[in-house]
Amino acid sequence: MNINNQHYKLEVSSSKRLLDVLREDLNLTATKECCGIGECGACTVLVNGKAVLSCLMLAAEADGAEIFTAEGLADNGQLSALQKAFLEKGAVQCGFCIPGQLIAATYLLAQNPHPTREEVEEGIAGNLCRCGGYERIIEAILSVAEKGEEQQ
Amino acid sequence: MNLQAVGTSQYRGGGFERVTGQQKYVADIKLPGMLESKLVTIDCAHAKILSIDTTEAKKVPGVRLVMTAADLPQPVPRFGPQIADRPVLADGEVKFHGEPVALVVAETIEAAKEAARLVHVHYEELSAAFTVAMALDPATPLVMDPSLRPNDPLARTNIFNEYHFGWGEIDESQADLVVENTYSFPMVTQFSIEPHAFIAAPDKDGIAVWSTIQHPYWLQKILANLLGLPLSKVRVYAPDPGGGFGGKQHTKYEPVLVFAALKLGCPVRLVLTLEETFQAVRRTSCETYIRTGFTHDGKLVFQDIRANYLVGAYVDIADRVVAKGSYAGSGPYNVPTVRILSRSILSHTPPATAFRGFGNPEVNWAVESNMDEAARLLGIDKLEIRLRNLAKKGDKFIPYDKPADGDWREAVLKAADLIGWNKPLPPSHHRGISVGMKLGPTTGLSYSLVRLLGDGSVIISCGTSDMGQGARTVFAQIAAEELGIPYEKVTVVMGDTATVPYDQQTSASRSTVLMGNSVLKACHAIHAQLKTRLANVYQIDESKISVEHGKVILPDRESPISDLIRIALGKLGGELIGVGEERKDAEKDHPLGGSACFYEFNCTAVETEVDKDTGDITITRYVTVSDVGKSINPLQVRMQDEGAAVQGLGHTLMEHYIFDEKGRIRNLGAGDYRILTSMDLPKEFYSETIENADGPGPYGAKGMSEGALLCVSSAVASAVSEAIGTTIKDLPLTPERVWKAIQMQK
Repeated sequence: MNINNQHYKLEVSSSKRLLDVLREDLNLTATKECCGIGECGACTVLVNGKAVLSCLMLAAEADGAEIFTAEGLADNGQLSALQKAFLEKGAVQCGFCIPGQLIAATYLLAQNPHPTREEVEEGIAGNLCRCGGYERIIEAILSVAEKGEEQQ
Repeated sequence: MNLQAVGTSQYRGGGFERVTGQQKYVADIKLPGMLESKLVTIDCAHAKILSIDTTEAKKVPGVRLVMTAADLPQPVPRFGPQIADRPVLADGEVKFHGEPVALVVAETIEAAKEAARLVHVHYEELSAAFTVAMALDPATPLVMDPSLRPNDPLARTNIFNEYHFGWGEIDESQADLVVENTYSFPMVTQFSIEPHAFIAAPDKDGIAVWSTIQHPYWLQKILANLLGLPLSKVRVYAPDPGGGFGGKQHTKYEPVLVFAALKLGCPVRLVLTLEETFQAVRRTSCETYIRTGFTHDGKLVFQDIRANYLVGAYVDIADRVVAKGSYAGSGPYNVPTVRILSRSILSHTPPATAFRGFGNPEVNWAVESNMDEAARLLGIDKLEIRLRNLAKKGDKFIPYDKPADGDWREAVLKAADLIGWNKPLPPSHHRGISVGMKLGPTTGLSYSLVRLLGDGSVIISCGTSDMGQGARTVFAQIAAEELGIPYEKVTVVMGDTATVPYDQQTSASRSTVLMGNSVLKACHAIHAQLKTRLANVYQIDESKISVEHGKVILPDRESPISDLIRIALGKLGGELIGVGEERKDAEKDHPLGGSACFYEFNCTAVETEVDKDTGDITITRYVTVSDVGKSINPLQVRMQDEGAAVQGLGHTLMEHYIFDEKGRIRNLGAGDYRILTSMDLPKEFYSETIENADGPGPYGAKGMSEGALLCVSSAVASAVSEAIGTTIKDLPLTPERVWKAIQMQK
């Protein structure tokens, strides 16, 4: 598979989740595990451009796929517009949900570059945050949408 | 005071690492040769363990150890922050649903999980007490072995402790109205998005532990005691936790992991599932019976409160939660007489521990709801009845504690203004307003090291845990302010007991005040050293030099510290090191062992709409106003208050453990236990502060971050009860519960 524009060839056991391969085999730990049952969004990655919960996908299903994780968001240390907005608007507290939130937001803006507030609320509804209460995250995403600097 | 770095919304320290995914949480750390582990539990709330058969489990390829209580030193070591009641692994008896009976260690997590399934536990299920009534029934077996609390007259009951607070003699004849009710507060869990994780590794002649812990120095002490090691041989690494909210304050599974790592001679990791965190930490649930006396014009005459907090099978810090949560139960009001009886009641449920608000929201819910009922019965506006009773700055509203330390009325009026209290409401909308108050820390001890390096950059070492509240940012801002350097040039080092000086704990919204003052003092120590050095260099008297807010004032000129640091350090260069110490000592005769460092005061006002066909509550407008003294970082203050409010809406609207008839939790994990999502938010949200620089912290700051959670429930319930014409006294206000209340009216 291709992860963040890097090619990886590996053999994995048929029972391994994509999340395990990313985190344990490849040490790509930006993608987090919280609930493990597809309810919290901490493990969100893009698979062939679609937001996917990597705890619900077997690694084998991602054979040959293009995977994008939060490690890929910054370009040579240059933060993406969404990453900057998350910092500027105060979306980041403990940070554990943030990689998943950023990927969900990236996907949302790729699908819908100028979402309404309601559409943003819906777009990240699958990504739980316990620190911040979502207001700052929503504001950050809207600020990027308004500037027209959508990702990807 | 003209402040540069303080009072500005600097980017969160560690923010870059968090948005790029580089931040390493405990579960992201891999040590060479590290083994994985899994806890073994039985699906039972209370059982006698007859035998544990590990034969099959040990046969799983890759399994290195299956550890039960029998493999531990005997008698099985026990630990706990208040009383050493908790065995490292279940010792002959399982006392709550999810208490581990064994730990399996294997080369892979898959093997550990597989083997954990193959550990056969033979047990006899016993009846479980998982409500206050069950625990108090004399026929119920004792949760705690009485031998663990010798000479305790309560040892043969399930009451762990009883507290009596208050003042004056309640004289009912003075009251024109007595409002009497019982309110219940649910069992809820902290639900940090990062589940607890631990690694233990032998470290030369000692042990190293990585933990998602809020109180690394307390953990260090507990492990040193368990192992008989000096503190210097127990090194606790505490990477920034991914959310704590109290649930990561105290030792959980570090001890069993330490014994396993020492036995195997290699690192062992344990990462909990979210379901397991539900069985590891929760808030005290509470049933509060309350009688409140009023005069006809709404003045409080007495508060008579009996709060039965249900703590778990082991005490953890929950008994302190009960004491501190109920102590100020009568609220931020002037009340002539108060009688509070609160009890910590043991039960066969997961150990309750600290959770944002520390026992206060439970009683606040009852006190504030009674205020609303009195307002209705007396025909007084809900805002007005609060204003009539609110303590003014300087009032000794708790006779033996710190006087009211803020202009609380100002906060209430601001909230009322923002919610539009006197403006007409849209049809079918209703409003509620509530106040909450909580004591800050009663004792504290925080050391810090501030090093002003030769190039004018700064390293702060301090033992606060930055679990999301943004402590790094605040301390860096203080040092930037005092040493006159850009915020970006400050590095804050935390989370290693071997290199960072002692801090008592990260809790009770203390760090900005206590560690903040410690950092401030360390900076002032550097100021003093600068004066001495410059006096020497310029051959003038030290008294002719002053240093403040990053500037050196010499007889003939003013210079930023950064311009003079090289001159001050001289040829050898090096650095200036300031040590900060901030302590709040215990007070021997105080009922809590110490008076309040400050009060967190909040006023919350809401506007709601209830769908009478479904019982669904929509918060159309939400206002939270906290008295914070001074915002060191206004954006972070807002982030804390918004987060606290949304967390409070959780236990108000949807969160609660559901037990089956045997005391097993039926809604473990994110599937069946709901917290708010981005779709459940108030339609409009306003978060404001009162800042009169009247706190004991740097620049007049008070602690904040719990205040905005204290009185959410009563504010919402007050609006809902107006909408549906009846009062609900049990949380959460689920659609089902609201709908039923509407149907009962018909």
